[in-house]
Amino acid sequence: MDFFDDIIIDIKQLTFSRGERYICKNMDIRIPRGKVTAIMGPSGTGKTTLLKLIGGQLKPDSGSILLDGDDIPRLGRSELFDAREKMGMLFQSGALFTDMTVFENVAFPLRVHTKLPQDMIRDIVLMKLQAVGLRGAAELMPSELSGGMGRRVALARAIALDPALVMYDEPFTGQDPIAMGVLVNLIKKLNQALGHSSIIVSHDIKETLSIADYIYIIADADVIAHGTPEQLKQNDSDQVRQFMRGLPDGPVPFHFPARDYETELMEGR
Amino acid sequence: MAAIVNNLALLGRFALDRVAAIGRSGLILMHAIIARPQPLIAFPLLIRQLYSVGVLSMVIIVVSGLFIGMVLALQGYTILVDYGTEQAVGQMVALSLVRELAPVVTALLFAGRAGSALTAEIGLMKTTEQLSSMEMIGVDPLRRIIAPRFWAGVISLPILTMIFSAVGIWGGLLVGVEWLGIYEGSFWSNMQNSVDFFDDIGNGLIKSLVFGLVVTWVAVFQGYDSVPTSEGISQATTKTVVYSSLAILGLDFILTALMFGDL
Repeated sequence: MDFFDDIIIDIKQLTFSRGERYICKNMDIRIPRGKVTAIMGPSGTGKTTLLKLIGGQLKPDSGSILLDGDDIPRLGRSELFDAREKMGMLFQSGALFTDMTVFENVAFPLRVHTKLPQDMIRDIVLMKLQAVGLRGAAELMPSELSGGMGRRVALARAIALDPALVMYDEPFTGQDPIAMGVLVNLIKKLNQALGHSSIIVSHDIKETLSIADYIYIIADADVIAHGTPEQLKQNDSDQVRQFMRGLPDGPVPFHFPARDYETELMEGR
Repeated sequence: MAAIVNNLALLGRFALDRVAAIGRSGLILMHAIIARPQPLIAFPLLIRQLYSVGVLSMVIIVVSGLFIGMVLALQGYTILVDYGTEQAVGQMVALSLVRELAPVVTALLFAGRAGSALTAEIGLMKTTEQLSSMEMIGVDPLRRIIAPRFWAGVISLPILTMIFSAVGIWGGLLVGVEWLGIYEGSFWSNMQNSVDFFDDIGNGLIKSLVFGLVVTWVAVFQGYDSVPTSEGISQATTKTVVYSSLAILGLDFILTALMFGDL
């Protein structure tokens, strides 16, 4: 079956720039429904920015981002907040509300978007915390959690409303190997069990390849390759090979653009 | 020539940035003010902010009010006693407090105590992506975070100003009557004869309401608009205190000219 028979997000001709620099230029990305899609690329290529564009936190210069037919950049403020109920996002830092307990953090989206009775909210929160293995930490404050635990709580919060789309911003960065393994499994399992679509932004190749159904690699403000993990492993473009194998220099330069090295050194004399 | 053009360009950029910032702050104010009220959610949030913005500022307001009232009475007495009019101390203390000192000093203290705290809190929420994650959960931080803090500031400052005046007058009484021996009857009756409820107390309260709006607006805007780094937050907190202090003093002159200029 083709991945793209049923797509949840359709990004067309997306252009976004910061000052003179293009973060994406006429970019086309389609996110299949019910699958784990990874967006990979070297640091600083605007992967997080792309998630913020999808979430409507940034407005593109041009192009469209269709979420089930709604063009995110063109939604009004209140429609945008309604559309966000369909999305969950796991921030790189976790971004838990520091003045609430773990329980209240996970309950927050339920309390603001549903009129469920207290005992039902309690049950849902406990189920979500059980799913991430932190039911026992329900009464702790975010400051009492380790980084990995914080991110799992944030994950429980992101899936509290059973969103159609969950976006993960660098979920594996800064995790110890055990927490990393736990997260990888969780993301895969949750995707299968809850049937939502996931977008993972990451540059951790091994982990991402192990759970992604489809991968986009972006560099130089555009998609340089896309395909299933198998297809990408066999891709013979220099740029893709450099990234997939983690070679320090290649078509994606190791050096930030600079003047000639020798000239600059000699100038100081 | 190139240097002149560059400087002009810098000046232009500076002006554009300022105008854009004013525009953004206007939008924030508008969203905070016209947000459709949801009493069940908004009321508990407002109460919590009234506590942290208002109640927790009480100590500094009460202590400062007491000392300022005492100093006013002491200074007034040493001048007025030469003319044999020391009974007017009560009137002098009360008028200086309700017209000028209470609104201005309370607002300045409030900017330092509560304004800076609001900016730092909101700035840190931005730095730790709490505001972004709230947006992504589908909750507007302008309504959930900014609006209750803004209204708490606007409500608290006039009340704090009244407390400041009352404590200040009591401080004046302690020094003037209890210590320096002014006749208590004339202390109060002179005050009652000269202080007008609408002209003096009312105008003082209008001032404090305006200051409350301005200080809290500056504070929440600086926090919300801060650069999400530790340096950015420190700059934003400094700006809150500096801008709101200048705004208080400048507006005080304008308001005084409008209210009492024709006397």
